[in-house]
Amino acid sequence: MALTLTGCDQQPQQPAVTGGSPVATPGEIVVGQYGSLTGSEATFGQTTDEGVRLAVEERNATGGIKGRKIKLVTYDDRSNAQEAGTVVTRLITQDKAVAILGEVASTRSIAGGRVAQQYGVPMVSPSSTNPTVTDIGDMIFRVCFIDPFQGTVMAKFSHENLKLTKVAVLYDKGQAYSTGLSNYFQQAFKEMGGTITAVETYKGGDPDFSAQLTTIRNSGAEAIYIPGYYNEVASIALQARKLGIPNSVPLMGGDGWESPKLAEIAGEAVEGCYFSNHYAPEDERAEVKEFIAKYKAKYNGVTPGALAASGYDAANILFDAMGRAPSLSGADLAKALAETKNFKAVTGLITINKSRNADKSAVVLQMKGGTPVYVATVEPPKK
Amino acid sequence: MTTFLQTLMDAISVGSLYALIALGYTMVYGVLRFINFAHGDVFMLGAWFSFWVTTKFGWAGEGAHPSIPRALTVMAIAMALCGLLGYLIERLAYRPLRFAPRLNVLITAIGVSLLLQNTGQLKYVFGTENQRMPTLLPATTLATVAGVNITLIDVIIVAGSLVLMGVLDRLVYRSRMGMAMRAVAFDPHTASLMGVNVNRTVSATFVAGSMLAAAAGFLYATKYPNLNQPAFSTWTLLGLKAFIAAVVGGIGNIRGAMVGGLLIGLIEQFGVAYSAPLSHGYITGEFKEIYVFALLILVLLVKPSGILGRLTVEKV
Repeated sequence: MALTLTGCDQQPQQPAVTGGSPVATPGEIVVGQYGSLTGSEATFGQTTDEGVRLAVEERNATGGIKGRKIKLVTYDDRSNAQEAGTVVTRLITQDKAVAILGEVASTRSIAGGRVAQQYGVPMVSPSSTNPTVTDIGDMIFRVCFIDPFQGTVMAKFSHENLKLTKVAVLYDKGQAYSTGLSNYFQQAFKEMGGTITAVETYKGGDPDFSAQLTTIRNSGAEAIYIPGYYNEVASIALQARKLGIPNSVPLMGGDGWESPKLAEIAGEAVEGCYFSNHYAPEDERAEVKEFIAKYKAKYNGVTPGALAASGYDAANILFDAMGRAPSLSGADLAKALAETKNFKAVTGLITINKSRNADKSAVVLQMKGGTPVYVATVEPPKK
Repeated sequence: MTTFLQTLMDAISVGSLYALIALGYTMVYGVLRFINFAHGDVFMLGAWFSFWVTTKFGWAGEGAHPSIPRALTVMAIAMALCGLLGYLIERLAYRPLRFAPRLNVLITAIGVSLLLQNTGQLKYVFGTENQRMPTLLPATTLATVAGVNITLIDVIIVAGSLVLMGVLDRLVYRSRMGMAMRAVAFDPHTASLMGVNVNRTVSATFVAGSMLAAAAGFLYATKYPNLNQPAFSTWTLLGLKAFIAAVVGGIGNIRGAMVGGLLIGLIEQFGVAYSAPLSHGYITGEFKEIYVFALLILVLLVKPSGILGRLTVEKV
């Protein structure tokens, strides 16, 4: 069909936010970043980028890495997995990036990660939580928890804190993040003795969820677990309320809900709903307070969300490894990243484990008056 | 029973929107024998113009009070803007190619579609972010029948679509302009020999089709207030489904487009609602598009001219 050619996937990407001249001056270290600065998950890329830029600026102000300045090159993948692979190739082959930062959405981290692994360039994902992302190979790292844990967090919270026994699940079958999280949640919730009343799926970009929600409504669920991205979650919430699923049936989700757009679009429909996340701005630790103060000073007083914090952490952990590595070759850098231990990051104390993931706790937030508010912390299982 | 009725209502509501968009495809095909692939984008702009007009008038945020006169004003302005756009598209892009091979026009249509999408996502036009369409119609539930909420918005969508289709039907079958349209569709050369102004008739076809698309865009935005950015795949897919509705109903046939739209709505809503329980969870909601495309294949195999279409012999 001719129309399939006319989608939003075909126009060339433009170099976005870059610091300084188009070509790196000798002595500069090029760090590449790719993210969804536009498209369906635009706020993911934008907020992560703000965190990353803050970290780069700080590091350069204090002398860079071994006296060399960092040059950040960022490309937009327009929320598209194919595009993610293309821009990572470009970062490595044309811009000669020594390391890559990105993505938030797991499907795009997998696409970009395969390229980075192939070229032997280390990649650090700030907030992709699907387990398969770091399974790609020894060059791929992340600074966040993974979904087998995140799924358990919500199962545990709904079972123990909310005392729920009947939950329905609605997830996006086209996103590795969403399918993974849905499976882990169902597994954990059933093990705790709960019942999954209905499992329904959707496809990203579909505007209409009424048929799925009708099935869920009739299944008698006390809550609906929707481990999707904020754009569709907003539409789902609006339609669920319109169908007569009251706010007393909360919607629950994961860190894919993290966006100011969720409350902006869904408004009252997501009031009282819960989601698991990487950090809460209410945290009293010194790293968190300092980060929030610096972020607010740079970005017009906006309180940073978890993705900005994760972006900031990913960049800082990468710079820390660069400082420790004997050279900036892929192998040396990967070795230094793997040795990261008890790094005092904004989103928690980060140790990179054998599978190149971070072991850390998760928080549960509740939407109140349009902003996510801290409710509980869930620790990872002790091994 | 509740599921059945609820699904039926959703299907009719969604199907009416498909039918409204499908009319534009089918009218242009009927008159010019080519598929205007930019039509789905006119629908998209109808939705975004509605958003733009509403915010320009300060009817968003604090000033958002649902009121029917406001809704009608917004819809009328969006229809006027899209009507003008439809006129310009035909005048600037397609008329110079009126006697060129059909493939050239088809490729031009794709170009126009890309142009509209990409202009739409410019920073100074609509941007690349989702926007929330302000509430113009109250979210009233008119009645609850057997556990099914009948909302004002759905009633307005179905009633509005029926009225617009009625008006179009009268325009095409009961007015002089409609007679001219049918004459041009039948044989443009003979029609022009008989004194029909072909250019004006073709323009009128584009304007009418684009206005219906704008009305569909407005109704869509009130039903699904989370507006995706102009170049997003949602819009392409909606346009494609409406095109399939036109083909299934019999392209070139106005009543066929209405039947096709409703049929597509029914197939996808019932497909999603009943597939999971009947297949014990193996087939779920993401198969929605598959039902629609399967129906297209079936119709093309069994009755290639569409349900209400007549087989025409290609003139050489």
